[in-house]
Amino acid sequence: MIKRFFSLFFVILLIFVFMPLVKDIKPLSELGVTSQKYAKDGAKELGAANLVTSVVVTYRGLDTLGEVTVLFITTAGIGFLLRKRSTGKNKKRKASEILKSGTSFLLPLIVLFGVYIFTHGHLTPGGGFQGGVVIASAIVLLLLSDINLHTDHNILNWLESLSGGFYIILGLLGLLLAGGFLDNRFLPLGKFGEIFSAGAIPIIYSLIGLKVGAELVGIISKLGREE
Amino acid sequence: MTIITILGFLLIIIGLWGMLTRKHLFRMILGFSIIDTGIHLIIVSLGYIKGRTAPIFDSDLSTFDAVHKIVDPIPSALVLTAIVIGLAVTALMLVYVVQMKRQKGSLDISDYEELKW
Repeated sequence: MIKRFFSLFFVILLIFVFMPLVKDIKPLSELGVTSQKYAKDGAKELGAANLVTSVVVTYRGLDTLGEVTVLFITTAGIGFLLRKRSTGKNKKRKASEILKSGTSFLLPLIVLFGVYIFTHGHLTPGGGFQGGVVIASAIVLLLLSDINLHTDHNILNWLESLSGGFYIILGLLGLLLAGGFLDNRFLPLGKFGEIFSAGAIPIIYSLIGLKVGAELVGIISKLGREE
Repeated sequence: MTIITILGFLLIIIGLWGMLTRKHLFRMILGFSIIDTGIHLIIVSLGYIKGRTAPIFDSDLSTFDAVHKIVDPIPSALVLTAIVIGLAVTALMLVYVVQMKRQKGSLDISDYEELKW
């Protein structure tokens, strides 16, 4: 009881801390200085129709690299913690016929949709992270219906390492051939708004998509073995 | 001060309340996820400008008047990365819970007394 009272007290205190913060927030009416520069020159400089993508992949590319690193470290931590198989018996209910047929019909479509999302990241809302998560969701479906399709961990590990390595190599190529690390302009920018445009952005985003997809599939299949 | 910002702060408070009062480990992680969502909502709402559109150029949005027509792209980019990090951290926490359950066979936080004072 006294504990609950303390938590209530703490939460009310937090509300009083937030109150002036919330009051002082004025709705934005103009873009900030950095955003204005991105909005003015972003499309011309990098050739990507989706401005968020040019911010994520090129202008703030180093942050994205750091984020991919965080994701890698989490996956490594999960692999380390779950390296021992659980000893308990796996008492799973059998998947129903509807789920099985539905999965075998939907699985290739979902994977295809994921690939579409990360190859069109520079044109439409989407990109590597979203595409990777969509691909991982297909694997969740696969685990729920126990179709025995082994996800080969060696292939997954190779895919992850290779896409991570190529991501760094592309960044270094930008440093050598264009303006700076992760600069996309060492490839021709192409026609604005087409799939083969925006220099190296589609390639980098596809690599990120493959890497995120492989990592999340690894996490999910490791967790799926637990019970 | 928009309604979405207030909603975000409300979600943070609800999530913190959940983390403080629940005893079940999974529910504490759920509280963390709710806090995460609240933070994302706040960041996105800070970059929103009323009556403007998403920063994606097409036939309706030319590059010339983009400065006066799009919302701030930087918070969107930030949240885009934050969501994936949140997902990975949640997965890591769940794995910790799996390990704790293996060690002691309990999902109740009050059974773990090593760090209690």
